[in-house]
Amino acid sequence: MHRTSRRDFLRAATGLAVLVTVRPAGATPATMQDAIRAVVGTARVTKGRVKLELPPLSENGNAVPLTVLVESAMTDAEHVRAIHVFTEKNPQPDVVGVRLGPRAGRARVSTRIRLADTQTVIAIAELSDGSFWSGEAAVVVTLAACLEET
Amino acid sequence: MAEALISVPPRARRGEIIEIKTLISHPMETGYRRSQVGARIPRDIIRLFVCTYNGTEVFRAELHPAIAANPFITFSTVATESGTLAFHWTGDNGFSVKETAEIRVD
Repeated sequence: MHRTSRRDFLRAATGLAVLVTVRPAGATPATMQDAIRAVVGTARVTKGRVKLELPPLSENGNAVPLTVLVESAMTDAEHVRAIHVFTEKNPQPDVVGVRLGPRAGRARVSTRIRLADTQTVIAIAELSDGSFWSGEAAVVVTLAACLEET
Repeated sequence: MAEALISVPPRARRGEIIEIKTLISHPMETGYRRSQVGARIPRDIIRLFVCTYNGTEVFRAELHPAIAANPFITFSTVATESGTLAFHWTGDNGFSVKETAEIRVD
């Protein structure tokens, strides 16, 4: 009878751990890219100007506080027209889309969102000159939303 | 029924940026959950929130199932003139709630 030695077991376990941790880093699911394309069209999205305030670790994915801030003078000539928030691992990528303008005074919006898994949240801002800017934040979620039964 | 809480400063100086906080009680049922017998619980969410300032739209938010239950939204606007801020939430199953708040601008 073959018995797994401690050495074999440890070797296998190490291999498994490597398998689990080596995942394609930074690969964002196609559905989120599609959702972003639907908003920006063929325009180029530049990183920067958009800041997401999210707790780095969330114990409850059912209500995670989120604030999105966009650097903008918010004048008639130069302001933020819209902000869209996307997630990569929720059942659907859209989270919220807001429309604002120079009358907002500043481009800062807060809400509470659901996160189904540890993931990256992306916000895209559309400016009055037609340019798109993006920012992102990673969140570790210990209790996922959407899974529990009633 | 649905209850909405709104925080708007009652007075402001002309040109001042005021912060508006809104909270409304709603389950925001995602449509992705299943009951204990395996049946899918149908979606029931608020889809749209609009704020108008003396009739002019100043803020609009399209909500999706990823917004937590009892949607809480904070945004800002410039106090331009005395008047009424109106808030309107609409959603699935004919959901519609309106609230107003008065502001005095000096």
